[in-house]
Amino acid sequence: MQRIGVFVCWCGSNIAATVDVEAVAEALSHEAGVVFSTNYQYMCSQAGQELIQNAIHEHKLTGVVICSCSPRMHENTFRKTCERAGINPYMVEIANIREQCSWIHKDKAVGTEKAIILGRAAIAKVLLNAPLTAGTSPVVKRALVIGGGIAGIQTALDIADAGFPVDIVEKEPTIGGKMTQIDKTFPTLDCAACILTPKMVDAAQNENIKIYSYSQVEAVKGFVGNFTVTIRRKARYVDEEKCTGCGLCTEKCPQKKVPNAFNLGLDTRRAIYIPFAQAVPKIATIDADYCTMLKTGKCGVCSKVCTAGAIDYKQQDSFVEEQYGAIVVATGYNPIKLDRFDEFAYSQSPDVVTSLELERLMNAAGPTGGTLLRPSDKTHPHTLVFVQCVGSRCDGGEKGKPYCSKICCMYTAKHAMLIREKYPDTEVYVFYIDVRTPGKNFDEFYRRAVEEYGVHYIKGMVGKVTPQNGKLYVQAADLLGGQQLKIEADMVVLAAAIEPDKSARPLATMLTASMDTNDFFTEAHPKLRPVESPTAGIFLSGACQGPKDIPETVAQAGAAASKVIGLLVKDHLTCNPCVAESNELMCNGCSACEKVCPYGAISYIDKEFRGPNRTTLLRRVAQVNPAVCQGCGACTVACPSGAMDLKGFSNAQIMAEVDAICK
Amino acid sequence: MQEQVKAKAIELLQNGTCDRVLAWKTGEFFYDLTPAVFTTAEEIEKDLVFNAFCGANLSKYLIAESRKGGKVAAFLKPCDTYSFQQLLKEHRIWRENTYVVGVQCDGMCDIDAVRERGVKGVTGGDFTGDTLTFETLYGTETLARADVLAERCRFCKSKKLVVFDELLGEQGEEQDADRFAEVQWLEAMTPDERFAFWQEELSKCIRCNACRNVCPACSCEKCVFDNPKSGVENKAAASSFEEQLFHVIRAFHVAGRCTDCGECARVCPQHIPLHLLNRKFIKDINEIYGPYQAGADPDTRPPLLNFDMGDPEPKRGDVG
Repeated sequence: MQRIGVFVCWCGSNIAATVDVEAVAEALSHEAGVVFSTNYQYMCSQAGQELIQNAIHEHKLTGVVICSCSPRMHENTFRKTCERAGINPYMVEIANIREQCSWIHKDKAVGTEKAIILGRAAIAKVLLNAPLTAGTSPVVKRALVIGGGIAGIQTALDIADAGFPVDIVEKEPTIGGKMTQIDKTFPTLDCAACILTPKMVDAAQNENIKIYSYSQVEAVKGFVGNFTVTIRRKARYVDEEKCTGCGLCTEKCPQKKVPNAFNLGLDTRRAIYIPFAQAVPKIATIDADYCTMLKTGKCGVCSKVCTAGAIDYKQQDSFVEEQYGAIVVATGYNPIKLDRFDEFAYSQSPDVVTSLELERLMNAAGPTGGTLLRPSDKTHPHTLVFVQCVGSRCDGGEKGKPYCSKICCMYTAKHAMLIREKYPDTEVYVFYIDVRTPGKNFDEFYRRAVEEYGVHYIKGMVGKVTPQNGKLYVQAADLLGGQQLKIEADMVVLAAAIEPDKSARPLATMLTASMDTNDFFTEAHPKLRPVESPTAGIFLSGACQGPKDIPETVAQAGAAASKVIGLLVKDHLTCNPCVAESNELMCNGCSACEKVCPYGAISYIDKEFRGPNRTTLLRRVAQVNPAVCQGCGACTVACPSGAMDLKGFSNAQIMAEVDAICK
Repeated sequence: MQEQVKAKAIELLQNGTCDRVLAWKTGEFFYDLTPAVFTTAEEIEKDLVFNAFCGANLSKYLIAESRKGGKVAAFLKPCDTYSFQQLLKEHRIWRENTYVVGVQCDGMCDIDAVRERGVKGVTGGDFTGDTLTFETLYGTETLARADVLAERCRFCKSKKLVVFDELLGEQGEEQDADRFAEVQWLEAMTPDERFAFWQEELSKCIRCNACRNVCPACSCEKCVFDNPKSGVENKAAASSFEEQLFHVIRAFHVAGRCTDCGECARVCPQHIPLHLLNRKFIKDINEIYGPYQAGADPDTRPPLLNFDMGDPEPKRGDVG
């Protein structure tokens, strides 16, 4: 019979205010198997841990139940405590009477009753616990970064600097991401390309970094320290080894009317293209949707002009399989589509643009060569209206996003300031709900726009934009002035909300990494583990985790890299001993478990069993490789005969907990 | 067809294709045909029967028969081949020890339907053609086979033999009978009505275990209901377990693997429409994951054991 000790934690007043901890310890002391039960103010403190260790020695405890906070918080702490006192760490069970009890109840009687029930369930479970020993698994010393924007580049550079090989998978033909499209950066107004392109070149030249451009992750198998990733290298119809990036093909291609995605469709490019001059890798790509040769088999101009012989119209998607110890997600963001916001006439007038489009219209490498001109008639605009929070902070969810996109206040101030600086004859209005500019030198930046550059900041939202006679009639409310405004504008700029890239959701599924309802990746802990996913070995970098600006992204990218480095320097990881095992006497050999196992941990053998009357039966039975099993438990629920069980979470243990709760 | 089956059985034994033949013979009553293993031509001549009462699905017997050494030939009707293929997918039958003769089926009859049509005191007759002749205590009666079909045959899902080594008669097609109509009728009930319906039906259960024992999907090495460690062990009708748990647990266990062969309802001595539970699962799976027929082909992964990107996500509010 086991000798169980129960330790009820007050967590200061966190638990003790809503749960009568003494009553809980008293009630649980009468449970079968319990030989010691007590309560203490902070069980996780040095003194609390000593109390547990002394009780283990004094009462010869074989199992320990700790009624405290979530096991995610301190299970490890208490396992180590008990291990030091000489009992197996897996003989410890946590009853979560904080997050699942005291924090959600107001009535002390109810809270106390529930805490007792939760404690009882943990006791019922620990009675069936068995000592478990953890093995180890090797770490593949190579990292994968998914997404080659500033977040991915910075993470890759930092990992590579520490001496580990790292691969970047980027779905576009070049790395660089959104930052390549931005003109100037706040709050210093330095040129985005000037600070980004050296990093792109660094990444390309770093011998530890391998860039898979125009590629995407196709499948992910394995687990922390040991992922196997299949990368689809999309056919670009150009041999990457041969192409010199001379660009001759992109000048001679007769298909001139392809919307230029890099300039957000504000001008056109050829069917074979290099997105921009500083692209990395600088390799041409054929746009299969527009290439006449690929569509009709007639043309071949690029092939004729290419002196390197790099054009290959027969190229197919190819696949690379690679092993990684860690994966960093850096899939970034996109501005939302504005088709649900037609009150701003985005689809009706080319002079209503998004902020990112304005970046291109002001960029020297953009469609207008850096001169701000109205897209409709290429004239100089004199009155500009900026609308903030288009799709951000939207209630109801359907139309826009509930969250603040965070970067818009700052880039709008930047745009307003740059326009006033370059074209002092313009009037610039900014309509806002709130101006949110916390951050180093950020509020000063915004105030400069108002005070030095005379930008008209008006609290209130624009109700309607009507294009008429080449003008945009803006109707808006001035909430502070208490009046309706009608502004005759030449251009309207919409600060569209940002959302995670669409590729993130299927990727999250592949990685079994969790996401929130807005499709941002969830952190392992919102405060204490902000760059780790709850899935071990998956790390988060940049806007895929939440809206953030460039300095924050770079800081987080470095943080993610340091976590990856911390993982890759280890030669071995301690495995989770709570793995599946198959009861061969009950196994039908039906393969249900093998089909659902995400880790490929299950195999089958034909094994001889003794049958009745000294006969021998040959039966197919499942076997679990404990080094590969991650203890997810999918097999235990798929098994029709109940032969699969999870150590530490056996069906019998879980039923015992349920029975204890229902008693 | 009966003569063809007999001739084929004898031929397979004599030319060494197999050592044993799995088919049907008359059981306690003329309509109670039971699976039987034949090892000689004489036994086959004397006892083998193939007529409108050969409802018994032979595929499950092959789990044990295929492991006995030597080779066994089995006559499988279209719906039996679905069960057979499902068992092959689950690695339960040793295929190399089996020889399957696919035999076309004209629909199997239900003795209760015969009785309902006023034909009673039957002592024998000829049940092989489209018209069935019944010798009764009161004279000879005839009934059209189509009028006395079992429920599962009236809603036949398929006359296609999905796996066989040899074909006797013609290959058939999948049928489009609306077998889910009865499920829709159940779905139309309010939860309380449906609970009352099933409680009344399931309370008839005497826990004879016939449904479990006949079910090709219920072939675990150790059944949970027989396992003291499972927590749901229960071997006899001693409580309301049958009403509340036994059949529901069984339906969950066979979900996604049940081929809708209807044997559970056929063998139930209390006439509980057990197949409706399974058919509801099949309908749900079809609606959630797209059409899927267990046992229809050797390769398709069962939706409940598969994941693909197109799987419906739980809607916001459904979970957590």
